[in-house]
Amino acid sequence: MLDNIELQIILVGALVGIASSAVGTFLILRGNSMLSDAISHSIVFGIVVVWLLTHQQSGPVQLIGAALTGLLTVFLTEALASTKRIKQDAAIGLVFPALFSIGVLLLNLYASDVHIDTHTVLLGEIGFVWLDTTELFGYHLPQALVSMGIMTLINYGFIALFYKELKLATFDPALAKTLGFTPTLLFYILLMLTSSTAVAAFDAVGAVLFIAFAIVPPAAAYLLTDRLWMMFVIGSCISVISSVSGYYLAAYWNVSIGGMMAIMTGVCLMLAFLGGPRYGVLSQWLRRRRARQSQTMPY
Amino acid sequence: MQWSLLLNDYTFQNVIVGASLLGMISGALGTFAVLRRQSLLGDAISHAALPGICLGFIISGGRSMGSIMLGALTTGALAALVMLALTRMSRLKTDAALGICLSVFFAVGIVLLTYLQGTNNASQGGLEAFLFGQAAATLRSDLWLMGSITLGALLLLAALWKQAKLVTFDAEYARTLGIPATFIEALLTVMVTLAVVVGLQMVGVVLMAAMIVAPAAAARQWSRHLGSMVVLAAGFGVVSGITGATISTLSRGLATGPLIILTASAIVIVSLAIAPQRGLLWGVLKHYRQKWTLHKQQMLYTMYKWQLANASSHTRSQAQGLLWPRLALLRLYREGFLAREHSDRSYSGWSLTKSGITEAQRLTAVLEGKIQ
Repeated sequence: MLDNIELQIILVGALVGIASSAVGTFLILRGNSMLSDAISHSIVFGIVVVWLLTHQQSGPVQLIGAALTGLLTVFLTEALASTKRIKQDAAIGLVFPALFSIGVLLLNLYASDVHIDTHTVLLGEIGFVWLDTTELFGYHLPQALVSMGIMTLINYGFIALFYKELKLATFDPALAKTLGFTPTLLFYILLMLTSSTAVAAFDAVGAVLFIAFAIVPPAAAYLLTDRLWMMFVIGSCISVISSVSGYYLAAYWNVSIGGMMAIMTGVCLMLAFLGGPRYGVLSQWLRRRRARQSQTMPY
Repeated sequence: MQWSLLLNDYTFQNVIVGASLLGMISGALGTFAVLRRQSLLGDAISHAALPGICLGFIISGGRSMGSIMLGALTTGALAALVMLALTRMSRLKTDAALGICLSVFFAVGIVLLTYLQGTNNASQGGLEAFLFGQAAATLRSDLWLMGSITLGALLLLAALWKQAKLVTFDAEYARTLGIPATFIEALLTVMVTLAVVVGLQMVGVVLMAAMIVAPAAAARQWSRHLGSMVVLAAGFGVVSGITGATISTLSRGLATGPLIILTASAIVIVSLAIAPQRGLLWGVLKHYRQKWTLHKQQMLYTMYKWQLANASSHTRSQAQGLLWPRLALLRLYREGFLAREHSDRSYSGWSLTKSGITEAQRLTAVLEGKIQ
């Protein structure tokens, strides 16, 4: 069953969505969505540095390097913002381009003959995931499927273990702190998971589309529900739907599969934005109209 | 390399002029974006320009700068409007809306790019240059286009100066005055697209974010007025553009875009450190100066008290080995509050001079006045 290339690609796409929307949910709720953008771009710096040090283009060293780069990005951003001279969003916009630039220049200087394509890092190609396989329990599975599966387990394992703490830290950081739950530490761990997920997802979808999978499904879920656990469920559903529909549309038009999957998450978001039962534009408009009609009675 | 030779170099001239134009427009427009807390708008819009680039390419059938810029302008502006709509009409916050626009529009761009590759168009290779910028490929005709966009944007800004200022700092008040605040906000948001379009060729999609943020963030440290901030930001933008372009030309093989961005980042760091009043360095210096003054005052006070208690005119320094007290003693000596005592048994101590006693009395009055 798993030898089917179509199914493998769809599974990888769905897993990328499920794993990244798990961490993305907290980013959306905390108002830090653009950190996923910053992390996924500055990881280019991490990949180049790790390559210069160890000459390894993938594998666990790269994963650790990426996690550390993600932490570095967040740390630098927080440091800049804590001077109170620069707002947090501006700090993000300063840090990741600088790291990205250093990465590109290092490539220019030391690795012009090597094929670490910044282009591949940014775009990725999910259509080729079946080329790179590994053996697990006697099955030949695509490398990306295995790594995304592991990332999904880790992310949801962490969330399941610390569900109460994460919930509290997200919605009321002050209370979490007074109760001794160290919301900052939790948040840093979440960001480390975000950067590891980003690296694991790179081969498949690239840095920019990772943002689509991390931000868009939870954002759509946020428009549909008020319950935290429901956000995970809806986010995962949207990931699966986008992965399946994106794959077949891409096959039909013969275009980028990852790109098409990301577009489908956008379509889901648009549907939620317009037709959501409670926060949708349509229902808001209806409610307002009803209110206007019943306004004949003075309050 | 000789400077005169370099200045006559056709490519170098183009790159320098292009980089300055980019610095000017992104500095000026970035100021508003940063002040309106939309710093990452440039990032989102520049990613959203990718589908427009591809569309412009498909429609014109070639790598014509005009149609590509027009396409980028269209989808960039569309993304900006979608972003505004998402934040206005739903419970999503700015950061989420930015992330959504950025990634989904970019995905559309990728899909179009692969569509172009599928149609086997011979010259589509030039398109990927827009991802990372390709300053050296700038043509004279591109410069005219970039120049007129910059001029147009600056003129528009000048024409709407008062309204833009009011909307930036107090949109509610602007609304009560009858200024179409929503329209002005949308205009300021969409205008960032102009800067992005100019920057695509120079620094590329990915690094445009910093071109919007860095000059404005640096200028903010030096100025408290919108007018001077815009001028300074444009100036910083031009300086980083020219510096980056020059370094890149002198060192063959280093990409121009990253060098421009790193120069701009360096300007931010320097500004953060030494800008008058807001500079972090001054804060550190002030802290040390205060600490130092406290040390001296403690020293004087202690010596005065000791002198009163022991009714002796001079004291022996109790803290010979310690650095801070010794430095404080020396400082006080130099300022004339202390005198060195050399008695016959060749043991040196310190005594308060007349002015030292006056100062110590003043201090005591202040301190004990406060305590009681």
